[in-house]
Amino acid sequence: MNSAEATISVRYSGVLGDFKLDVAFEAPMRGITALFGPSGCGKTTILRCVAGLNHLPGHLVVGGDVWQDAASGRSLEPHERSVGYVFQEASLFPHLSVRGNLLYGQRRALKKGVPERFQVNEIVELLSIGHLLDRATGELSGGERQRVALGRAFLTQPRLFLMDEPLSALDRITKEEILPYFEALRASTSVPTLYVSHDISEVERLADHMVLLESGQLVAAGPLNGLLADPRLPLARSAEAATVLEVRIGHYSIEEGLTVLDAGGESLLIPRWIGQQGGTDRVRVAATDVSLAVDRPSKTTILNVVPVRVKDIHVLDNAQINVLVTIGHRQGGPMLLARITRRAQRVLGFEPGQDVYAQIKAVSLIGSSRQPGPAPGHAEMI
Amino acid sequence: MSLKTSDTGRIKKPSDLAMPLFEDLWSPIRLTLALASITTFLLLIVGTPIAWWLARSNAPWKEAVAAVLSLPLVLPPTVLGFYLLLALGPNGPGGWIGGFFGLRTLAFTFEALVIGSVLYSMPFVVQPIRNAFEAFGDRPLEVAATLGATSWDAFWTVAIPLARPGFMTGAVLGFAHTVGEFGVVLMIGGNIPNRTKVLSVAVYDYVESLQWAQAHILAAGMLVFSFVVILSMTLLEKRIARPGR
Repeated sequence: MNSAEATISVRYSGVLGDFKLDVAFEAPMRGITALFGPSGCGKTTILRCVAGLNHLPGHLVVGGDVWQDAASGRSLEPHERSVGYVFQEASLFPHLSVRGNLLYGQRRALKKGVPERFQVNEIVELLSIGHLLDRATGELSGGERQRVALGRAFLTQPRLFLMDEPLSALDRITKEEILPYFEALRASTSVPTLYVSHDISEVERLADHMVLLESGQLVAAGPLNGLLADPRLPLARSAEAATVLEVRIGHYSIEEGLTVLDAGGESLLIPRWIGQQGGTDRVRVAATDVSLAVDRPSKTTILNVVPVRVKDIHVLDNAQINVLVTIGHRQGGPMLLARITRRAQRVLGFEPGQDVYAQIKAVSLIGSSRQPGPAPGHAEMI
Repeated sequence: MSLKTSDTGRIKKPSDLAMPLFEDLWSPIRLTLALASITTFLLLIVGTPIAWWLARSNAPWKEAVAAVLSLPLVLPPTVLGFYLLLALGPNGPGGWIGGFFGLRTLAFTFEALVIGSVLYSMPFVVQPIRNAFEAFGDRPLEVAATLGATSWDAFWTVAIPLARPGFMTGAVLGFAHTVGEFGVVLMIGGNIPNRTKVLSVAVYDYVESLQWAQAHILAAGMLVFSFVVILSMTLLEKRIARPGR
C-alpha cells in the first residue's frame, strides 16, 4: 500500500454562506481522527463536505480514490460516497422500524456490489440492539437511538466513518453507556473515522489522530499525543493539560490488588483489576499530576516513578512551566507532560536531554477497561 | 301542495313520484363523486411535484408561483370561471384543442369541469403537501443520501412516506372542496343533466324550481358528508401525530 492509499487527503478553500473555510490536512486511513475545535470552527462543515452534503472548492482523496477533484471540478454525489455518517441527533427514519433503518443503507450498498464487511447479526450483537429490531424508532431512548444510528452507518459497509458529535446530544450517563460501544467498534474495525468533537475528554478517550481547527483555519494536525503535548498549542497551556498513554495490561497481583501496565517499556501500577493480561488500554495523565525529581526518589508514597528524558521546557506564566519528557532513559519514548513551578526549575535546572524521574500521582484509565454504565469516577491511585 | 305529498311519499312508501325523484338525485351525486375523484387523483399527480418544488427550490420567484396557485383561495369563483370560460371557449386554447376531437368548444363539458376543478382545488392539495415536505426539513434526505440513496430513490422511500399526513389532508381537502364547488361549475359547465349538473348546482336548481324535498335530501347529505370529512380528518391527524417522531 503506497502512501496515497493510506491517507485521507482533505483540502477545502471557499465560502459557504458567510463562513470562510480554508484548510488542508491529511489523516491516516485507519483509526479515529478527531476534528477538534470550538463551535463555529468549521469542523462540521468539513465533515459535511467530505460526505458531499455541502460543496466547497477543493480536493478530496480517500484511500487513493478521488472523491472531489480540484483540477476538473468533478465531485462524487453524496450517494456515491461510501461513508457511514452518524449525525449529532440519531436522525432515524420515523416511518421505518429499527430493522428498516438498519437495512436501508445495507440493501443499497449490497446492490452496488460493495463487499459485506459487516454482517447484520454481528453488528446487532455488538451494539446490543437485537431486542429493538421490531420497535418503532419513536419508542427508543436517546442511547438506543444513537446505537441504531451507529449500526445503520456500519451496515452501509463504508470505507470511511464520519461522526458529527454523535454523543453531544446525550446526557452524561447515556454518554458513558454509549462510549464503550464506540471503543468496541474502533477495536473491531479497520475502517477509518473522522470524528467531530468539541469535547477534549472524548477526543482523549477515542482519537488516535487529531486535527485542530479554529475559525475555519487549520491550527495543527498530527498524532493525538503530539498535539496534546505541543507547547505552541493552547491544549498544553491550559489548566487541564494532559497526555494519554497507550498501555498494555500486565500481571495482576491478588495480594496487593495492583495491576501492572506497560507504557513504553516502563511499568505503571494501578490499584485494581482492569482486564485480561495482554489487552491494551489507554490512560490519561494530567500534567499537574506529574512531578519531576533529579534522582530516583526512594522514600515516597507515590508508586509510579518512571525514568524519563527531558525533551523540552516551556514557560507558561510567571509561576509555572511545562516540561515535556519522554518515558525511559532513551530516545523516542511516549510523551508525558509535567507542570512544575519556575521556582523548582530555578533550583533544579532541568535541561533538554537530561535523564530524570517522573513521579505520577494519578493515572486515569480512560479506555475500554472502564466499566460501562454510570462512571464511578476515574480509577485513581495515590 | 305537490311539494308536501312528494315529501311524505319519500319517507313513508314509494309513490309514483318517488322513482323519477330518486333517479334525478342519483345523477348529480354520481357526477359529483366522479368529478371529485378524478380531480383529486389528477391533483395528487400534478400537485406533488409542484409542492416538492415549492418546498425545496431556492428560486427567488417561487413564492410568486405559489401566490398564483393560491389565487383560487381569494378569487371569487365567478371570476375564475369567467376566465376559464374564455380559455375553454371556441376562441380560446380550449376551443383549439377541442377542434382535434371535433368539438367547437371545451366549455360545458365534463372535461371542462375537471380542468376547472383542478385549478380551483389546487391550493387545497398543494399547500398541505408542501407543508409536509417542508416540515421534515433536509435531514432525512441527507441521511438517505449518506445511506446510498439517489435523490429519486430518497423521494419515494423517504420524502413520500414522511409526507403521508400531508397527502391525506390534501386528498381529503381537495376531494371535499371539489364536491362543494359551485361558482366555477356554473360558469363553465352550465347545468346540463347527466353531464355537468353536479350536486351543488342541482341543489340550487331544485330550490329555484321550488322542489324543496329534493333540495332537502341533497343539502342534508352534503351536511353529513362535510361533517364526516372534517371529523375524520381531525381524528386522522391526531392519530398520525401521536407516535413520537
